[in-house]
Amino acid sequence: MSEEMERDDRVFVIGEEVGYYQGAYKVTQGLLERFGERRVVDAPIAEAGFAGLAVGAAMVGLRPIVEFMTWNFSLVAFDQIVNNAAKMHQMSAGQLRVPVVFRGPNASARQVAAQHSHAVEPFYCNVPGLRVVYPSTPRDAKGLLKTAIRDDSPVVFLEGETLYGLQGDVPEPEADELIPFGSAKLVREGHHVTVVSFGRPMPMLTKLADELEREGISLELIDARSLRPLDTATIVASVKKTNRCVVVHEHWPYGGPGAEIVDCVQREAFDYLDAPILRASNLDVPMPYALELENEVIVGPERVRAALRQVLYLD
Amino acid sequence: MGNSQHELQPMYRTMYLIRRFEEEAARAYSLGKIGGFLHLYIGQEAVAVGAEAAIEKTDYVITSYRDHGVALARGSSARSVMSELFGKDTGLVRGLGGSMHLFDAEHRVLGGHAIVGGQLPLAAGVAFRARYMQERDVTLCFLGDGATNIGGFHEGLSLAGLWKLPVVFVCENNRYSMGTPLNRTTPLADLTLKAAGYGLASDRFDGHDVLTVRDRMRAAVERARDGGGPTLVEVLTYRFRGHSMSDPGKYRTAEELEDFKRTADPCALARKQLLTSGVAEELLSALEQEVETEVMDAVRFAEESAPASRSSLDAFVYAGSSGH
Repeated sequence: MSEEMERDDRVFVIGEEVGYYQGAYKVTQGLLERFGERRVVDAPIAEAGFAGLAVGAAMVGLRPIVEFMTWNFSLVAFDQIVNNAAKMHQMSAGQLRVPVVFRGPNASARQVAAQHSHAVEPFYCNVPGLRVVYPSTPRDAKGLLKTAIRDDSPVVFLEGETLYGLQGDVPEPEADELIPFGSAKLVREGHHVTVVSFGRPMPMLTKLADELEREGISLELIDARSLRPLDTATIVASVKKTNRCVVVHEHWPYGGPGAEIVDCVQREAFDYLDAPILRASNLDVPMPYALELENEVIVGPERVRAALRQVLYLD
Repeated sequence: MGNSQHELQPMYRTMYLIRRFEEEAARAYSLGKIGGFLHLYIGQEAVAVGAEAAIEKTDYVITSYRDHGVALARGSSARSVMSELFGKDTGLVRGLGGSMHLFDAEHRVLGGHAIVGGQLPLAAGVAFRARYMQERDVTLCFLGDGATNIGGFHEGLSLAGLWKLPVVFVCENNRYSMGTPLNRTTPLADLTLKAAGYGLASDRFDGHDVLTVRDRMRAAVERARDGGGPTLVEVLTYRFRGHSMSDPGKYRTAEELEDFKRTADPCALARKQLLTSGVAEELLSALEQEVETEVMDAVRFAEESAPASRSSLDAFVYAGSSGH
């Protein structure tokens, strides 16, 4: 964010606790000292208000980054995101642009129960006019965020709440590395089965792939990372090679990008499939508080293993 | 002829244009040439026209779905607005928006917004830009009395007040939110009481006389421009037609409607003022004939224009990238 704020004065950050508090998750740490109150704007608890204000500012040329303390709170700003940000370019027949990035942590933060544990990607992926990305590594987060800030359409930028602690190399500022939307990443080559996922389950899947390798099962792992637009070509090419596919996601199983990936694979690689495409997802219930129950709900390695055994006909 | 009468004449022309434009739009709607919703402004013309006279061309205006009057007052052509209502490619937004979504960037009309109250935070954002860039433009945000109970109203006012943004919220109180009278939707008879809680200045006046609207609006606009912060203005007005074309109007009496038409028709009032001040009847007739020609030309133009284009469907979903 600071690199983009440095290169473009129109970019500013607005949200709850982004300034003096240094960000509820410290994502905006140091920005206030560097850029001042004009460009790092502490907002009152009024998501519909400040999300709408950002859309209005974007309509006349600014490039706001809106931080939601968590994406759960975006639901009270849903109207501003869906009705205003996503539709303005179309409703004005191209006269207005809305270059705004909405970002913040997504999905369960562990033991915060039903109202604070939403994986919101299905809500926003359904809306033409929005772009939706969900990186799983620091490098992807940086490259995709730069692309998002420079894009002229509204972008929903999802950050896995429990991925904030993840460490990894990121390009130096001079590299100015941008990752285009609509490009999935082949994380690991394999030949028995393709596993497609995005966001938070990715580290768990990398670890699982190592374990399965030792058990003689070779996973080809793809991080979709850009959900709208979705890089169907990379996914389909992989399934044509492995002939099997499991999609892993944290959002509820009814619809959403997980189901969209399945639909695309069955349409475009039907003749190559040796087994039905399966999904491993969170359970179809509101998130409970108790740790044992929450562990039951969130998709983990055992549920993925079970799906893999099924598509490999190992049971 | 006094100076203000000299200024009144073009304002009367615009009000009369809006009136005749909408009468023809209503006719086209009943003939099935206009679809969807059609929310008429008839009876409220003095508000948009008086407000327009109080701002500069470089200022921004944003409004609700009752937006024809605002667009015409700003300078959008009758042809482009009528064509939009007809769903034609020559419309302001190429037939993508219709009656409720008029956008005209050239004239700084930032929409027609059809979710009640949704435009207030947007207006705060447009004004936020002026402050951010240290520019002197002011944003006018129109809303109906029915919008004063929804969250967007309160959050928009709250942020505008907090950051002293150069915006004027113009609440057109036409006494009914759709079919429900004000006293059944809010406990306050005076809506400007809602301004104080958010640190806004306020003003409240009768909106049938266009010169009154202009003068009172000027005070609010100049306050905003000079850094004095936002104002909530309540303009008391009345719509002579239903909420939309599908409204049978059973929630109000015929006597009430006739009484307003007789005593508070903004077009008739302005015309009378002009005659009293010595403007010749012939001059007004000529001006009205000119408007008549403009409106009928707009209808013909709309009818003869090419339909909305299939290529518009996916041309404006994403904007690409200019931030590089």
